[in-house]
Amino acid sequence: MASAIAAEELSKRYRIGELQSAYGTLRDSLVSAARRALRREHRPRVAEVWALRDVSFVVPEGEVLGIIGRNGAGKSTLLKILTRITTPTSGRATIRGRVGSLLEVGTGFHPELTGRENIFLNGSVLGMRRREIQQKFAEIVEFSGVEKFIDTPVKRYSSGMSVRLAFAVAAHLEPEILLVDEVLAVGDAEFQRRCLGRMEDLSRSGRTVLFVSHNMQAVTQLCDRVLWLDGGRVVGDGPSSELVAAYLQSGHGSSSSRVWPDLETAPGDELVRLVHARVVQDGKEAAAVDVRRPVGIEIGFHVLHRDGPPVFPKLKVVDERGDVAFNAMDTSPRWHEPATPGTYVSTAWIPGNLLNEGFVTVHVAVCSLGLTKLVHHAGMHDALSFHVQDPGEGDSARGIFAGQWQGVVRPLLEWTTEER
Amino acid sequence: MTDTELDARDLAPVADPSLSAAAPSVDRVTVIRPAPRWPHLDLRELWHYRELLVTLAWRDIAVRYKQTSIGVAWAILQPLLMMVVFTLIFGKFGNFPSKGLQYQIFTYSALLPWVYFASSVNLASASLVANRGLVTKVYFPRVLMPLAGVVVPLVDFVFAFGVLVALWAWYHRWPDATIVVAPLFLAMALVTALGVGLFLAAVNVRYRDVAYTIPFLMQLWMFLSGVFYAFSALPEWAQLVLAVNPMTTVIDGFQWGTLGTHPPELDKAMISVGATATVFVVGLWYFRRSEPRFADTI
Repeated sequence: MASAIAAEELSKRYRIGELQSAYGTLRDSLVSAARRALRREHRPRVAEVWALRDVSFVVPEGEVLGIIGRNGAGKSTLLKILTRITTPTSGRATIRGRVGSLLEVGTGFHPELTGRENIFLNGSVLGMRRREIQQKFAEIVEFSGVEKFIDTPVKRYSSGMSVRLAFAVAAHLEPEILLVDEVLAVGDAEFQRRCLGRMEDLSRSGRTVLFVSHNMQAVTQLCDRVLWLDGGRVVGDGPSSELVAAYLQSGHGSSSSRVWPDLETAPGDELVRLVHARVVQDGKEAAAVDVRRPVGIEIGFHVLHRDGPPVFPKLKVVDERGDVAFNAMDTSPRWHEPATPGTYVSTAWIPGNLLNEGFVTVHVAVCSLGLTKLVHHAGMHDALSFHVQDPGEGDSARGIFAGQWQGVVRPLLEWTTEER
Repeated sequence: MTDTELDARDLAPVADPSLSAAAPSVDRVTVIRPAPRWPHLDLRELWHYRELLVTLAWRDIAVRYKQTSIGVAWAILQPLLMMVVFTLIFGKFGNFPSKGLQYQIFTYSALLPWVYFASSVNLASASLVANRGLVTKVYFPRVLMPLAGVVVPLVDFVFAFGVLVALWAWYHRWPDATIVVAPLFLAMALVTALGVGLFLAAVNVRYRDVAYTIPFLMQLWMFLSGVFYAFSALPEWAQLVLAVNPMTTVIDGFQWGTLGTHPPELDKAMISVGATATVFVVGLWYFRRSEPRFADTI
């Protein structure tokens, strides 16, 4: 069978800083150039990172390939190169067929234009011909369920409605190759479920699918094969069940729940061992949580003996870009004395309306106080992860606004206004 | 830039809307390669994306006329108010040379191509940054954005042209057959604006402070373009120097077409045409060279 994608030694180099905000001001550049000239300084060496390094793989037509790896492993860069948004520094890739992606949902939507106008705009931006859009127009409108508002400007839509409309357009693109980046897929659990459903439909009809995800269950279920990236390199390529197992064992994989059944091999030292950790909301374990309600981080640990320093549970919450949202530890008096040996289950409650939407990783630990820093007795990086989602009902910090919302946190503040 | 063999896809049958069908025949092959050192303009690819250009331009026009409450009126008011002010200041008090015409009609026929040019440069140079979401999420030849930026103000131009028709009627100065040259000079303004816009759009991605200098640059440029004085009344040496600014020839030529004044002199026109070509080639070259990094830096 012919290959849909053949990548040969794809590499992408970024200068440090380019990933964040690369643009500066001409003034700054001129000033620093003048300063260098005057003092005969050398141009500062620019640090470089390889976001991708010699990545080669072949995807046969009709295969569903999962791409896994930690945040920053190069997954998104790979998708950006395959969708031609950015060019590789070296290497090449040959792609047979039209590429569509569910990371472009809603791209090019303009709030002032009506639903009808936006279907044409969005479809055209995604590479559909006008005739093609006309043919599928009725189908798209029906799928979106916004018939009544099709001639209303999109700015009057609820965020749920505009996501549905955007998804309806993307879903009717019918590319030969579909790229899905779960982390970037906006929307609620229902929307993500539909993305996955659409993916299954497409793969069943013989399309090639590339699926980037942190959800190992979905990867095992949907993918035939998995490509495991780490530090921009391919570290594994093989059947999904095998690779997912290896990935989870390596400790890189994160999930909403973790159990260490064997006290001997569980993370920890001679004083404390981790037993389990999980994310809970509304009394249930949750891989996706509602931004408006509290989220519990449950840490189970076993204290082995009395002769150690007082220990307490601690966690660190990191957002999908790797920025630390916050650290938290239990300061209650119960941990002021060394604990009696036994198993403890502590839950830290992250208030509702605090985290921003997106993919969140949690580092869990059991620590004691050191002189200048905390001593970690038992702990695990990227132990837990979950998606924070906004159902878009208008009562969260973003109100009815559906666009991009920056920030590590997204608190719902109280506002007071006086008229003077 | 990547090379794409696109023509095959146009011949492909439209994909069957029902998903149960077998995988469609795949006959579009894309080869992704590192950006070449010497960029070239892929005209075949541009042709392939022609519908998107129309869509982008249509979007900007639709939004523009929906957002501003006075809509079409703004397209007319802007040059009209400038004409009134120029007529009062330069025409009445300054007694500026106006090629022996009523000052109103003289300056309005200069303002028409000028206002088109200035808004084209503004729109084109802001086009990439304003469409950040598109640049970081989907691929298409980025040249389309500045290109849409110089197409959109043509609509304003058409409305504003109506005022000139009214002025023709008022002053009984109907143009003769030379009117056919007017679109050529407008095209020259378009190519110049595109060249400048391509360059500034690419610079804007890198250096955001450049955007603030553009209004000032355009103001200065207007003073050097013969909008409120007759270019042909300047001393010969000044005309030769200023001819490097293509807008002098554009305005001179546009007035030749619409008002039947003297045609631009050949030597100055050649200098201007050369300048337009240079600006366009340099702008396009710089844009294409910066293009691979747009998504990473914007």
